[in-house]
Amino acid sequence: MKFDTIIIGGGLSGLVCGISLQKKGKRTLIISSGQSALHFSSGSFDFLDRMPDGTPVENPIEAVSKLPAGHPYSVIGRENVAAYAGNTKRFFEECGVTLSGDPDRNRFRITPAGVFKRTWMSIGDFALADSDREKIGERILIVNILGFLDFNTAFIAEGLENLGSQCRCTAVKIDELEHLRKNPSEMRATNIARVLDRQEVTDKFIAEVKAALKDEDTIVLPAVFGLKNKSVTDSIKSSLGDRKVVFIATMPPSVPGIRTQLQLRSVYEHSGGEYLIGDTVDKAVVSKNSVMSIGTVNFGDMSLEADSYVLASGSFFSKGLVALPDRIFEPVFGLDVDCPAERKDWYSTQLFDRQEYVSFGVRTDAGLHPFKSGEPVMNLYAAGSVLSGCNSLYEGCGAGVSIFSAMRVADLISNKEE
Amino acid sequence: MKMQENNISANGFEQCIKCTVCTVYCPVVPVNPLYPGPKQAGPDGERLRLKKGVFFDESLKYCLNCKRCEVACPSGVRIGDIIQSARIKYSRHSPSLRDMILASTDLVGSTATIAAPIVNSVVRLKPVKAVMDGVMKIDKHRTFPEYASRTFESWYRKHARASQDGYRNHLSYFHGCYVNYNFPKLGIDFVKVMNALGYGVHLLGGEKCCGVALISNGMINSAKKNAAHNVGLFKESVENRKYPVVATSSTCTFTVRDEYPHLLGVDNSSVRDNIFLATRFIYGLIDEGKVKLVFRKDYGRKIAYHTPCHLEKLGWGIFSTSLMKMIPGVTFSMLDSNCCGIAGTYGFKKENYQVSQAIGKPLFDQICSIAPDVVVTDCETCKWQIEMSTPFKVMHPVSILAEALDLEATAAANR
Ligand SMILES: Cc1cc2nc3c(=O)[nH]c(=O)nc-3n(C[C@H](O)[C@H](O)[C@H](O)COP(=O)(O)OP(=O)(O)OC[C@H]3O[C@@H](n4cnc5c(N)ncnc54)[C@H](O)[C@@H]3O)c2cc1C
Ligand code: SF4
Ligand code: SF4
Repeated sequence: MKFDTIIIGGGLSGLVCGISLQKKGKRTLIISSGQSALHFSSGSFDFLDRMPDGTPVENPIEAVSKLPAGHPYSVIGRENVAAYAGNTKRFFEECGVTLSGDPDRNRFRITPAGVFKRTWMSIGDFALADSDREKIGERILIVNILGFLDFNTAFIAEGLENLGSQCRCTAVKIDELEHLRKNPSEMRATNIARVLDRQEVTDKFIAEVKAALKDEDTIVLPAVFGLKNKSVTDSIKSSLGDRKVVFIATMPPSVPGIRTQLQLRSVYEHSGGEYLIGDTVDKAVVSKNSVMSIGTVNFGDMSLEADSYVLASGSFFSKGLVALPDRIFEPVFGLDVDCPAERKDWYSTQLFDRQEYVSFGVRTDAGLHPFKSGEPVMNLYAAGSVLSGCNSLYEGCGAGVSIFSAMRVADLISNKEE
Repeated sequence: MKMQENNISANGFEQCIKCTVCTVYCPVVPVNPLYPGPKQAGPDGERLRLKKGVFFDESLKYCLNCKRCEVACPSGVRIGDIIQSARIKYSRHSPSLRDMILASTDLVGSTATIAAPIVNSVVRLKPVKAVMDGVMKIDKHRTFPEYASRTFESWYRKHARASQDGYRNHLSYFHGCYVNYNFPKLGIDFVKVMNALGYGVHLLGGEKCCGVALISNGMINSAKKNAAHNVGLFKESVENRKYPVVATSSTCTFTVRDEYPHLLGVDNSSVRDNIFLATRFIYGLIDEGKVKLVFRKDYGRKIAYHTPCHLEKLGWGIFSTSLMKMIPGVTFSMLDSNCCGIAGTYGFKKENYQVSQAIGKPLFDQICSIAPDVVVTDCETCKWQIEMSTPFKVMHPVSILAEALDLEATAAANR
């Protein structure tokens, strides 16, 4: 089977790359083993929250020029990063995903633990604060769903009260959700969201919130609405009209993240892209610095061919990189991976310290071609968290690297063919 | 550390990271509160069951065995297999007469074919439906698939067998119960198409029901017997005659390839790679340049394609859709990934009827909004369900090919 481009991995970077190439009229295929990091994300996109040395970043576009040479943003190029950052909002808007935030300015999101954390853009549900001292309201009602433990109202109240707001917490009981409580480990954001996707259940929730409301000007709710039925989220905002409604991310899994994944996939497929979910690329034929064909578990001995290939297989979490006790490798092509030889240099035993393994990944040349045995593979491109050179967790640059490298690869592929 | 690497069971249940992603994609969860969901019914429950079988929960019967959870799981846990294996191992519920009738597709089929005109009109009668509903607990809203008055096998013996040895290439056809008893036309279309592509079509010589309905109704010993028998026939075909085995039903294909080893413990490893779904097989031939398709010029139809759950699990839907897209003049719409709700015999049961229709609703709504000339799918039970729940006709991709191909010109091109 033959395509213009085959993309390995259907997370944020694979989908952004696929949608961009489809827009340019290419025939593309995405193969994705399982679900992606978006399922577990905060619902906010990070661009560059702090420099590798820990300095906080206010204007990420400006800060890019001060990054070291091997950083993915340096490889993509400062001008390109600025252009892609400027395009991101429109790109997602066209995919039906509304983002709030500005390209050249970091803001703050409220974490499930009630603290403010720097980020770049947020999926529509979430409001961003201009500073980490900003009061989101004077009197705040924090509403949880009875029995839901991944949304800790006490922590959130403490965080908001430290900034001078007055908070009151309450939990509402929804009969339709009671069956989940038989097993507390089923009271998770996604399971709750599936039930609340029924408008009549969300209507009951709204009625309970209205009943609990006193003189509060602001209502804080867990982000468990609109998994597949986006309109329930809008209905909450419109029914509680005169009060400010603020959604705060829950502990993973992430309802807005999954919604975004589903939405991007649907846009990709409707633009004519083929998406194979639940299949794994397990074979690759590379000869003379170029990929000849690949194969998958489900395709068996039928090979897949393309003019160009994109590796967007993610990091350890998605098995784009694999760690064994004695080595770290990239499993599809056996590409060169940037990482120290000694296991003891991979991680710190202090869990909350900066963990070096997060920055491991495949090395590329300026054209985002990864290396195999020291030579760049010329019809292969790498995008997203499989790239080396940045610590996405420490620097807060995960989504930015994924989106901008994907857009860059799409441009490189189509420019090459023109 | 070595222990961690080596201690992984075949179904991968210890790989579960408790992310609940499976639950997002399970079609039963939002419509049936009695069902604990894939994570709980699968890996979580398995930990308890491994301690003591009393932790088995009969509500696992609500699982459709659609495997959507497995397709979604980022950790490769075979959730559906865990659930079905638990039912096999622990369920005390013995199949009722109704379940046995629904499950015994070949036995009931062979009796019904003889009496087809009577059976068809009888099962359509209101009072009979009421008895089926009340006594047998087969939902009265169900239209029963009609039984054909002559089996596919008897058509084949009379009209096709003699000419099959004359072709250059050969394959064995696993037609399944549905083609044999309910819808011989699909088998006839398959023979026509494969003959035009230069392939002689042979029967396996006594195939038994793949066993999917036996598995879901808890009749495991019968399922195992069928599986062992069929694998014997596959070996005879693949190893001795060198004929690959090709099936038109996506569920039969999935069952004989994956459920035999995973659920029934019947080893098919020597033949598995030579068992194909028809569209995968035909696409493979085109891809390797071994056959040419010559289409009629005037086949302008609006097709909406539905991927059956088991085809999604096989990962082969792309072959069916690619074939449909090859047909000149076809307007193609891909329906969103959504279970139709029937899941074999599940939706026939009174206690499941409402759930079954609720699961399929988004699919039916989408089909109605597209209003295609024909809905195409590779699964026979999806066909019943969609035809019962929408006003649209459903066809198999092979039957579409049989109509869209210029069979004579194709035969000439492949001689
Ligand atoms: C738990 C978690 C939370 C995060 N939260 C945030 C956040 O809140 N904000 C932020 O900005 N960043 C966050 N990140 C960073 C995140 O890595 C990026 O934002 C981005 O989502 C990564 O996208 P990706 O497409 O590169 O990789 P992934 O999303 O990991 O996707 C890779 C895909 O490739 C598939 N794959 C791998 N190997 C194969 C193969 N051989 N064959 C076929 N398919 C294969 C995988 O199944 C997976 O679907 C988070 C990361 C993790 C792990
Ligand atoms: S998707 Fe897989 S890993 Fe996640 S909870 Fe379900 S079985 Fe466990
Ligand atoms: S097999 Fe289907 S019905 Fe059963 S748990 Fe998995 S997704 Fe749900």
